[in-house]
Parts: sequence; structure tokens; C-alpha cells
Amino acid sequence: MTAKTLYDKLWDAHLVQQRDDGSALIYIDRHIVHEVTSPQAFAGLRIAGRKPWRVDSILATPDHNVPTTIKERASGVSGIEDPVSLIQVQTLDDNCDEYGIVEYKINDLRQGIVHVVGPESGACLPGMTIVCGDSHTATNGALGALAHGIGTSEVEHVLATQCLVAKKMGNMRIDVNGKLGEGVTPKDVVLAIIGKIGTAGGTGYAVEFAGDVFRDMSMEGRMTVCNMAIEAGARAGMVAVDDTTIEYVKGRPYAPTGENWEKAVTAWRELTSDEGAHFDAVVELNGADILPQVSWGTSPDMVADINATVPAPADEPDAVKREGMLRALEYMGLEAGQKIADIKLDRVFIGSCTNSRIEDIRAAALVVKGRQKSSSVKQAMVVPGSGVVKAQAEAEGLDKIFVAAGFEWREPGCSMCLAMNADKLGAGEHCASTSNRNFEGRQGYGGRTHLVSPAMAAAAAIAGHFVDVRDFVRS
Amino acid sequence: MKSFNRVTGIAAPMDRANVDTDMIIPKQFLKSIKRTGFGKNLFDELRYLDEGQPDQECTGRPLNQEFALNQARYQGASVLLARKNFGCGSSREHAPWALDDYGFRCVIAPSFADIFYNNCFKNGLLPLVLSEAEVDQLFSELYANEGYELTIDLPSQKVLTPSGAAFSFEVDEFRKHCLLNGLDDIALTLEQADAINAYESKQRESAPWLFDAVKN
Repeated sequence: MTAKTLYDKLWDAHLVQQRDDGSALIYIDRHIVHEVTSPQAFAGLRIAGRKPWRVDSILATPDHNVPTTIKERASGVSGIEDPVSLIQVQTLDDNCDEYGIVEYKINDLRQGIVHVVGPESGACLPGMTIVCGDSHTATNGALGALAHGIGTSEVEHVLATQCLVAKKMGNMRIDVNGKLGEGVTPKDVVLAIIGKIGTAGGTGYAVEFAGDVFRDMSMEGRMTVCNMAIEAGARAGMVAVDDTTIEYVKGRPYAPTGENWEKAVTAWRELTSDEGAHFDAVVELNGADILPQVSWGTSPDMVADINATVPAPADEPDAVKREGMLRALEYMGLEAGQKIADIKLDRVFIGSCTNSRIEDIRAAALVVKGRQKSSSVKQAMVVPGSGVVKAQAEAEGLDKIFVAAGFEWREPGCSMCLAMNADKLGAGEHCASTSNRNFEGRQGYGGRTHLVSPAMAAAAAIAGHFVDVRDFVRS
Repeated sequence: MKSFNRVTGIAAPMDRANVDTDMIIPKQFLKSIKRTGFGKNLFDELRYLDEGQPDQECTGRPLNQEFALNQARYQGASVLLARKNFGCGSSREHAPWALDDYGFRCVIAPSFADIFYNNCFKNGLLPLVLSEAEVDQLFSELYANEGYELTIDLPSQKVLTPSGAAFSFEVDEFRKHCLLNGLDDIALTLEQADAINAYESKQRESAPWLFDAVKN
């Protein structure tokens, strides 16, 4: 038998029909739905007189538009001040009610960012195919699943047929071996990977993250890494199943139980790449070489080590890239050669589907504890990824640490990652953000995003500028 | 879906790499629950000098005259000439909806991000890959000639320039078939309902936990 990669196994197990032209029908086990990319899909379904193929495969929750202040959340959907956001969240409720889809509504304890809720509830499991109308669906690949984002037409297609028309991607493996240094986190690992291979480096591939660093990583950490596979161009990122995966899944609300649990675990143990399986591309990094990362530009591959300087476009031989760097520096208001540590921050955002899980909140709290937000930072906000994460953090007293340090402790949602709700940057403001995209205007019109880990964001909020979090850890 | 056969139209330049879907259609416009009306906000932050709001009338907004789509010579363009990794970032289908609503039928670039590429085909918009050298050549011809038009002939898979040059491009058989005939994917897949049902029965046997209902 030919040796298979993890991706080959997941693909083969979900193949309904292979067509001669290379396209295929792939069965989808889990469909996660949110308010932004689904209304037009439900409308399409209704116009064509179709029904969802398997209603109980779907889980919905509003996240992109929901306000994150207690005041605005108090009266549920009707309390959303932005009338356009209100309609969108209400439309999700109406669609889910009409079709009988389970939805964690705005003030349900289980509501949160789709990619936090999926794994946390056990709705997303190893070995599944998982889709959602959101490019960060790759997060779920951390479970040893095939998970990726789809467009709204495909949301409608999956609703109607439980399948996706797809073409098999190539296999890429990214090996990070060795041990990470103290204070170096999964976010730094994935930013370093994107810095190395570029935002199109993984285009056309399903990426498996392999090597000691990922084996040693928690599930939360693996989710952070898989989450940003798309920022390297790859629709899907994944990590092979091991004890860490199985321990994480055990006991989750939708995880199998009893005899089915035993059978599932046996099947999940097979979800690794076979010895000698063929990869079309392999990238290697040494874990020990990775330092805390900070993005300086307007594309997630524009990253630098914390102790480095802003790179000079003049040193870039490729004309199109050089042009991009010049434009980025102008937008960001930075000078080539300026120290990364000298970049001053106006706001700090700890949250998003990349970094809003309990481990992220703990890492930030550890840095913040007993310290004060710098007076030069206008706002530092912590937005937990779900009501469950929020409750857990509060049970550990983490909210009190943040509030005592002058941070804001918010209700769960996507928040300032993409600024579809009221949480946004002003023009020209610099933000240390644990989110995933530093595109122009992403966090607010004219806003300047610097992508960092939760610990680095927390340290920057204390210092007022970027600092090497490893110094904080030592001090 | 709108069909695509042969399109001739003015080409406009989007001369930068890594154009992300946030740039194509900024987030505040994603709050719409409709599929139409995004054209006036296509490239909003590049096109206008102020911050755009959803449901806003755009005719009186200050224009960035340096932006290509605001220049007289590119009015009515239906072909967008772009650089590599066009459409990266978010999966929002609002990006192809905005391009389509503005009037574009085809985007030519040396490479596209996967999800965007896929989304285009669902909307009768052709994402067309040419080599970097070919794209460079089209950019120089476009800048040198006002009213520069390109013809995209899908049946023969060729881009024809005013000087008579022809560049071949690749496109998946199935996607080409759907575009040429304006076919709806869902109806085609539902013709395979028996195969889907058969797959489900087999899976329910071997991996029953995959079918545990999501319950409240």
C-alpha cells in the first residue's frame, strides 16, 4: 500500500465521487455558520426552494458584528446600536430558527468566535471535514481534521448538498524541530513561518505542521498556528493526532462517549502521515532560532525579530516587492532602519480567533500581573474568544488582573480583529494586536496594525512601545 | 449564473502585488445581507479620500484622482489587470461580488489566492492566470495606449491584444463548462444525490460518531 500523508487520508475518507477532470465531490461532516457570510446563502436556498441536507451537522453563532461591551450586550440582539449589524445578527437568528439549526445566540454562554467555539464544544473533531464561510476555519486542522474556509456560494452548496466540489491540493510539510526559547510562543512560530515562505508560499497546498515544536505544543498553540495557514496562502493547515489531541477532545460536550469514544480513538490514532509519504514541498525551520516576532508592514509576511530594525526597501532586489515595502512604510508611518522596539503604541488588542483561548489569556495575564498599562496607551482591551473562555478566565481571577492594570475586559466576539463592530482603531493609530491580518484599514480606517503574540502585546501595553517579552519573563 | 463566452473590453490596471480582499471590499460593507450593490464600494479606501459607510450615497464623495479607476481613460473597464497573489486574505465572496457589480468580467494576474480564485467562478467572473512576463507586457501596452482593450475568448482559452498577439491560458474543464453555460453547481451536485446517500450510509456504519447530531 502506498504511504499516505495525513491530508491524503482525510481526502480519501471523504471522497464521494472523483471526476475525470480532476475535480471531486467531497463530503462535509461539520458546517459552522456565522452572520456575515451566510445570509445570501440562505436567501439562495430559499429562492431555489431547497432545504439543508443535514441540519444536525450545522452549528451557528454570531461573532463578527457582536458588540463587546456589557452595556450594549445587555439587551441581546435588539441592543446592538449599529442598525446594519443588528439586521445581520437578527437575520442569522431568523434563518437558524426557520431551518431548525442549532445556534449559540448572542448572550448564550457558549457563544463566541466560530473557530474558538468549534473545537471547544467538541462539534469539531479529529478526522472530520469542516467548513465555514471564513478563511480562518483552518484553525480546526489542529485537531487532525481537514478544515478550510469557503465562500458564500459554497456555504449554500454545502447547506444544500452536504458536499463541496473541490480539487485535491498539493501536500506541503512545514517542519519546525528543536526547542523554542523561553518567551517564544506559537504565534511567533507561525509569524516566522509566514515571514520565511511569504503570503503566497502555501498557495495550492494543504500544509501539515510537523516536528518537535508542534508535538510539544498544546492544542491551543496548534490552533494558533493552523489558524494562520491562510496568511501563508494555504487554505488548510493541520497537525497529526497524538495524545495531546485525544486528551483535549475527551469530555467535550459533543465528543463521542462510551463505545463510540473507543472506536473513534482507534480511528483517530491513524490520523498521521505514514512513514515515507510523499510531500510536494517541505520547508524547515529551527525552533531555537525563532525570536519573538513583530509585524512592521501591511502584509503578514512583513515581520521582524523584536531586536531587529525596520528593513530598508533599498535592499530588496525585486521591484514589485520593493514597491510594496515603500507603500507599507508610508502607510505605517515608519522609517527604514528604525528599531522595532522604538515603535510606540496607541492601542493594544488581545483577542481574535488566533489568540483568544484560555492559554492566550493566561499568557497575557502573567505579563500584566502587578503592573500598570502605560499612560501613553489609550486603550488595552482583552476580548475572550467565547463565553466559555471568559467564564474560565474569570474563575481563575484573570479578569481582575487585567482590570487592576487598566485593561478593559470585554464580552466575546471578533471585535477589533476586523472592526466590524464598534471596536476599531483611529486613523494613524498604532496597535499591538494578537490578531492575524495587518492589511491596510483592517482594524479601522487608516489604522496601523502590528501582529504579535499575547505576551508581547501585554508587554507592549505596559511599556507603551514594543519590548522583548523575554526581558519581562526574566525580570 | 451569468455565462462567460467571449468578452472584449477596456482593461484597467491594479498595479500592486498581494491585493487583499479587505482592500477589494472593506469590512464595513460586509454587513449587507444582499449579493448586489457592492460595486460603488469596490476598492473603497483607494478610490475615495474619505472613510466610506454602508448604505451611503457615493456620488458626492471626494475621489482620489490618482487611482486608476477614477481616471477617464479607464471608465467602463471590464478587464482588471493585476499583480501576483491577487485576492489574498479573507474568504469574503463580497470581493468577486463587488468586482462583478462594478462591471468587471475578468481579472488577469500572474497568481491568485485559492479561495478568491474559487469564488470568482461561482459568479461568472473569470480569474485568468498569465505568466509574469506576459502580465508585464500587458501592463506596458496598457499604460502606453489609451482605450486599450483586451478580448478574452474562453472557448479557445486565449487573451487577444489590440496588436493581434494571443496569449493562451489554462482553466479547469469543469469550471470552463460551468462558465460557458452559466451552470449552477448545486443543481449539478444534486444529480449525484444517490452517490451522496450511499456514502453517508457507509460512513454511518464505520464512523457513527461523525453523525451525532449537534443538539442544543
